[in-house]
Amino acid sequence: MRINPRIIDKAVKVGLTSQAFFTVGILVAIIAVIFFKGFPNINMEFIFSFPEDMGRHGGIFPSIVGTILIALLSILLATPLGVGTAIYLTEYTKESRLTKIIRFGVESLAGIPSILYGLFGFIFFVIKLKMGWSLLAGVLTLTIMILPTIIRTSEEAIKAVPRNLRIVSYSLSATKWETVAKVVLPSAFPGILTGIMLSVGRAVGETAATIFTMGSSLRLPTSLMDSGRTLAVHFYILAREGISMEKAYATALVLVLSILSINIIAYYIMNKVISKYS
Amino acid sequence: MDIKIQVENLKIFFDKNEVLKGVSIDVYRNRITGFMGPAGSGKSTLISAFNRMIDFEEDVKIEGKIYIDGVDIINGDIDGVSLRRQIGTVFAVPIPLPRSVFDNIAYGPRLKGITDKTELNELVRDSLKKAFLWDEMKDRLSMSALKLSGGQQQRLCLARSLALKPEIILLDEPCSGLDPISTAKIEDALNELKKEFTIILVSNNTKQIARISDYSAFFYMGELIEYGPTERVFTFPSQKQTEDYISGKFG
Amino acid sequence: MIKTKIDKEFIVKIILTTFAFSSLLFLFLIFSFILFEGLPLFLKVGLKKIIFGFKWAPTKGSFGIFPMIISSFFVTFGALIIGAPLGLSCAIYLSEYSGKKMKMFLKPALELLAGIPSVVYGFLGVIYIVPIIRNNFGGAGFSLLATSIILGVMILPTIISISFDAIMSVPKTYREGSFAMGATKWQTIYKVVVPSARSGILASFILGMGRAIGETMAVIMVAGNALKIPTSILDPLRTLTGNIALELAYATGDHRMGLFSTGVVLLVIIMILNYIANFGIKRRVIK
Repeated sequence: MRINPRIIDKAVKVGLTSQAFFTVGILVAIIAVIFFKGFPNINMEFIFSFPEDMGRHGGIFPSIVGTILIALLSILLATPLGVGTAIYLTEYTKESRLTKIIRFGVESLAGIPSILYGLFGFIFFVIKLKMGWSLLAGVLTLTIMILPTIIRTSEEAIKAVPRNLRIVSYSLSATKWETVAKVVLPSAFPGILTGIMLSVGRAVGETAATIFTMGSSLRLPTSLMDSGRTLAVHFYILAREGISMEKAYATALVLVLSILSINIIAYYIMNKVISKYS
Repeated sequence: MDIKIQVENLKIFFDKNEVLKGVSIDVYRNRITGFMGPAGSGKSTLISAFNRMIDFEEDVKIEGKIYIDGVDIINGDIDGVSLRRQIGTVFAVPIPLPRSVFDNIAYGPRLKGITDKTELNELVRDSLKKAFLWDEMKDRLSMSALKLSGGQQQRLCLARSLALKPEIILLDEPCSGLDPISTAKIEDALNELKKEFTIILVSNNTKQIARISDYSAFFYMGELIEYGPTERVFTFPSQKQTEDYISGKFG
Repeated sequence: MIKTKIDKEFIVKIILTTFAFSSLLFLFLIFSFILFEGLPLFLKVGLKKIIFGFKWAPTKGSFGIFPMIISSFFVTFGALIIGAPLGLSCAIYLSEYSGKKMKMFLKPALELLAGIPSVVYGFLGVIYIVPIIRNNFGGAGFSLLATSIILGVMILPTIISISFDAIMSVPKTYREGSFAMGATKWQTIYKVVVPSARSGILASFILGMGRAIGETMAVIMVAGNALKIPTSILDPLRTLTGNIALELAYATGDHRMGLFSTGVVLLVIIMILNYIANFGIKRRVIK
């Protein structure tokens, strides 16, 4: 017996549609669970007070500060390095064996899992360079980890700037760097910003690479050499050691909300760019 | 008469393709010289050698000499940046930078290090006046240049290259995308500008060359076929190819 | 004035070149420090005893990580079994069926799954998946099955976005040609579109595997971390990544070196996977 192809067609359409919505349903379910379980336990005091008794009571203020510091500082280091690399690859060289090697390096860095960044940061920054578990070791490790994302998104953004604009700038007696700084980078800026935002999201949510480099001290980090505990690490310890489910959910909510808003802003910027060029 | 640009036996190769095959030509000061010829004749390549924009192409080889005011710009040690301060360029498609009208025109002067507000204001006003655009733009200087009409954009590009206070202006088919009224405005501006500048106008439009240029050069397949005063070239062309081209038999 | 400009250009170029080489420097540092710490133990104990050894008792001189290698592959394939069909279906739905507005909403929503931190996945796995398995199938619930489910969801964004790009890059004319011959939409997708995007889809699976095999925090929360080869999908297991993360904080001496040896093995597997994936993607681009 042969089934009518049109019926198969309809069935496939229903099947694929339901799978796509099922997948979105997973996202919605994750956010909903975190939101409904976390929301009752969140208040201003939770955000702005220090943890007590390993986090069983009190708030998460030091972790919020630690997270902001590590994300901000690693972005501050990775952005010039990454955008600089992207400029070099797109504006200053032709495609050659050298650029292939650099691109291979960037791709390889992008593929290394975060636990290996943790392992490297631990042996190199913490032990060999004697930084100890510190904000600095965490920042340097995350800088390397987010570098490939910034390079790739910046490269895409720079490549999307029309060649004509460069030609006009040169014809008006601009040098290469003047053209890059005054014409190319401003036009590519929204795209670069998207990459930066996505990297911030990654840095905020990272655990494996930060726990072995920045450590997990519950105190407020006040210098680069202080250890500290990011929100993600704090959440991990609360959940894994079963310290407090209420606090774990509340911490997860802060973590997920901040990452989601960062990502949504990034997509918003990206969409503006896409509609501008098309 | 005063020679501004002197080209001697210029050959240009793209990869192994000989695009210009030994061209020699003198371009006169304070005149409009028209370069005409069908696509692929080498006329645009020649002017991209004048301002050394050709350096941004890949696999280019240049032989021969180009003197501007007696200075060899191919083999001498003049750099592209200082050269392009003396030579303004207007391209076929108007390409405004994504910023305001004022900032478009001030782009070049600012690169030269001019930061004084009154000096910049003056430069912008003068350049817009010379490009016959001041009356339309004087109240809209802070508007984005992307919002102007095509004809206005092209005159903006002309004004922008004038703001560098160049001596030579190169126009590479500047009116190819414009309507007759916008074209007339550009031509009017050029007729005024030649008092001050040496102008080279590349165009496929023989009528335009005949209308406004003082000297006309006809290029074909990388060679200069004919060159002389426009009236002579258009009334008594010495070469059969020139005659065929200006009478519209090919091109 | 011009002269200082040209000097400045030169300095800028040197700075940018240095920046561009920093990535290579970092890669070199990562490799050399992990190898430097991890390789000596291979020489001391022997490659075979580490890679094919069954016993991990690092304080007593046994560094066998064979069960962990096997477990890492098990969870990776488990993740693929769950994530690949679902991810591919989503990619096909997005590229072939969804309207423009729906796409504008669905694509970023699906990519947001990648933004959820892995600790959150692990936590939700412990709270929801593990008890469901324990109550319905028996065992402790911390298992190959739980890990595969969590990882399967985590690799969805990778599979979706890369397969989507591959499917979108199939020329429209292919589809039109197939429709013209009377094929239905599904026949066109099944016989023309998916085969043409084959290598890109494959690359998305391999990159998904790379993500799964490298995932750590979510895994140690739901895997149970037992030191033996699982014989059923309900058995607990310990992956290479889990081994490093569980013991690094307190390990010293040979024990720590053992963890770096684990890292070396992981690094080699990851590099092979990345190489294969990039090769697949490149072939697609050339075609």
